[in-house]
Amino acid sequence: MNAFSLTSFSLGRVGAMCLRHFYVLKGSWPRLIEMAYWPTMQMIIWGFFSTFLYRNSTWLASAFGVLLAAVMLWDVLFRGQLGFSLSFLEELWSRNLANLYCSPLTPVEHVASLLTMALIRALIGVVPATLLAIPFYHFSIYSLGPPLAAFFFCLILMGCSMGMVVTAMIMRFGLAAENLAWFIVFLLAPVSAVYYPVSILPHWLQIVAGLLPSSYVFEGMRAVMFDRVFRWDLFGWSLGLNVLYMGLSLGVYLWSFSRARQLGLLLQVGE
Amino acid sequence: MTDIVAVEALIKHFDAVAAVDGIDFTVKSGETVALLGGNGAGKTTTISMLLGLLKPTSGNIRLFGLDLAKHRHRLLARMNFSSPYVELPHRLTPRQNLMVFARLYGLKDAQTRIETLAKELDLEALMDRKVGSLSAGQKTRVALAKALINRPELLLLDEPTASLDPDTADWVRHYLERYQQQTGAAIMLASHNMGEVERLAKQVLMMRKGKIVDRGSPDDLLFRYSRQNLEEVFLDIARDRRAENAA
Repeated sequence: MNAFSLTSFSLGRVGAMCLRHFYVLKGSWPRLIEMAYWPTMQMIIWGFFSTFLYRNSTWLASAFGVLLAAVMLWDVLFRGQLGFSLSFLEELWSRNLANLYCSPLTPVEHVASLLTMALIRALIGVVPATLLAIPFYHFSIYSLGPPLAAFFFCLILMGCSMGMVVTAMIMRFGLAAENLAWFIVFLLAPVSAVYYPVSILPHWLQIVAGLLPSSYVFEGMRAVMFDRVFRWDLFGWSLGLNVLYMGLSLGVYLWSFSRARQLGLLLQVGE
Repeated sequence: MTDIVAVEALIKHFDAVAAVDGIDFTVKSGETVALLGGNGAGKTTTISMLLGLLKPTSGNIRLFGLDLAKHRHRLLARMNFSSPYVELPHRLTPRQNLMVFARLYGLKDAQTRIETLAKELDLEALMDRKVGSLSAGQKTRVALAKALINRPELLLLDEPTASLDPDTADWVRHYLERYQQQTGAAIMLASHNMGEVERLAKQVLMMRKGKIVDRGSPDDLLFRYSRQNLEEVFLDIARDRRAENAA
């Protein structure tokens, strides 16, 4: 039985790990508020900015809410990555990692539980902001319809891929790498074409953007909002790249876990 | 009695340093074996390798007759461990922590098991308090409850009574003896507490610089080193003095 074995995969153990994080969330209302706080603040600031631009920009006037939708979807990516990384960091901060990995929990089950928690944390963070935007600005992101689910899915997958790489680095280099969890996603913001089309970017950065699942999501979002069309080609690219990056980042995570076992880091990492 | 643990030619190098340097030993069911040695002797490294938290550089570890390298997750379900260097999440209560671990070990009777352990380890009044608010002794008892949650057939304990007052430490030792009598579990412990080792261990492995430099029952070691207690034997070995009466 090894880390890749699917026959040994236990949903019960994945559920146990989710329960562990549910207990933390349930017992700490300030955390729940903090999770929703930043997406809500972003929504309010960008909402007013959108209102201003709406009156002064023909581009924006053709689809009010495009910036708000971009802000909310960007937060899905950010919260997904952060949710994955923070759920892992909880184990390091509480010096619990060795307890977990001397139980029958496999690394793949642990990753599955972190993925689930990333999804839950992203929903807790973003949903209140999306609901508040309706009375504030008469804009509902849910008007995007079924494509919204596709965008959400692709961004969560990308966030979790990044989360896996971040946690792999933390496992390998200890809490010195903790800050990666907070800033790594912002390195990709300029080339993800969140607030502007990819065509604005210099040619060489367009090539970089073409390698990011997120740029296809935001292009796809604008296609839905401006042209009322769901671009399957963009969704296909985003999904394909996500599958590739999920595989690669899982490989990096498992390699890092194996190195941590060689170097004795599982017992040492902590505050 | 069958071998629960069988270790052969086990080596662990960290770069040029040999943390564990070719050790062999067995632990049988119902037996308590103690690893005794100074800081850096290789005790914790050995226990970490038995748990699969650390990969050996070379050598074999067989647990319950199976190769640990090939059957790690299956074997981990039959064992457990406790160490003062590893903690349970402070923001969770003992009840929540135990429920998480009960599920990780796939217990069908999680609730009953948790209630039983709470009663046996005198944790009932603490079960719904945050672990972070408990005293060192209370945390040790919660950690012991976690280590026993899956009724382990092999229990690995690193400094099981460190930071406990003598009364609580004695109580923990008594509890471990009773658990072993009831279940026939094998216990392996690393400790600096000579009294604890003398009381609990049937076999002592004396470690120094990654090697097992001597072994035997506490009485056997006392006789061979012509000493009154294991602390004096420990000092002899730490200072590289030989046994006067060869085995």
